[in-house]
Amino acid sequence: MPVSGKPVRRPGRPGLLELTYLPSILKGMWITLRHIFRPKVTMQYPEQRWQLPENYRGLPALVKDQEERVKCVACFLCEYVCPPKAIHIEAQEIQTGVEKGPRVFEINMLRCIMCGYCEEVCPEQAIFLTKEYTTVGLSRAEMIFPKDKLLEMGGLRPDPIKKWGRLTSKREAGGRVHEPAEAGRSAAR
Amino acid sequence: MSGTPGEHPSGMEGRPELEQWILTTRLADYVAWGRKNSLWPMPMGLACCAIELMAMVAPRYDVARFGAEALRFSPRQADLMIVAGTVTKKMAPALKRIFDQMPEPKWVISMGACASSGGMFRSYPVVQGVDEIIPVDVYIPGCPPRPEALIEGIMKVQELVEEGARAAQQGARAGRPAPATGGR
Repeated sequence: MPVSGKPVRRPGRPGLLELTYLPSILKGMWITLRHIFRPKVTMQYPEQRWQLPENYRGLPALVKDQEERVKCVACFLCEYVCPPKAIHIEAQEIQTGVEKGPRVFEINMLRCIMCGYCEEVCPEQAIFLTKEYTTVGLSRAEMIFPKDKLLEMGGLRPDPIKKWGRLTSKREAGGRVHEPAEAGRSAAR
Repeated sequence: MSGTPGEHPSGMEGRPELEQWILTTRLADYVAWGRKNSLWPMPMGLACCAIELMAMVAPRYDVARFGAEALRFSPRQADLMIVAGTVTKKMAPALKRIFDQMPEPKWVISMGACASSGGMFRSYPVVQGVDEIIPVDVYIPGCPPRPEALIEGIMKVQELVEEGARAAQQGARAGRPAPATGGR
């Protein structure tokens, strides 16, 4: 079979100038010199921060509504959908109209992969992904965030659903109370 | 080590004026200063977290500003192991061996969900947290964490180096032996 292509020759012996290494050194220094005048790309991290996009997904957190009530109703949907099973909820009965709330709500931040499924699935819009992305911990126990810490991280978010006004006080909600829903609830009891 | 032991172990206040200017009384602090500003990481890059690890070393985040840019692929030259990625049971003996080969004092950063707790891999071939086989100092959540989070972790390790040196110094004053490793 005929050989096609031309094999590369070995480079010959270096000349006297190349043996001094001066051309290579100068070439390298020229590259260094050129970089001095180029725009600087380094972000001075602790002082300078990255501009986060609007839909950035950081650590998840629970939120309260405009009247500082916990929006979570312990429906366990986020616990169910969480791919790494990072969320642990224990429900309790509460004495307001929504009947149910979380007694324990823990997120293991070391399990969490910030996928945002919990935010997506939450019917009460009670869990959100914050823009927090620089948390580090010294132990595993420290990185399991309890309910209080999650609520503190989340802060307030006005409730577009307004379920409390509908369910707790007819007086405040006025004519927007759905009687069938009320009847259905008492019938269920 | 001169001075009355145990009187003001950490602060400079209340000390005789001369002692504030004697360098040998603060030798451990100088050693810690040197150590914390020249951490040589061992990049235990096992999965996608290693990409962020590389980004941290690259010019944009430039960990050389913290003196930790000399990634050593020989464990004998490193003093900070960054476990970046999923640790499988197959890899675990090798990882443990590499950790054992690192000289004291040494620190470990567990980077990302997989290394810290197994993450979403709740399955039989994955070690559920690298702290089951080696002692971990700093845990970084994220999948993967941003390079900034890793820099934050390195800054935390720097604090631990200083604290460890201070603890060792106080221990020496009180006649206790120095702890085996820095922060733990």
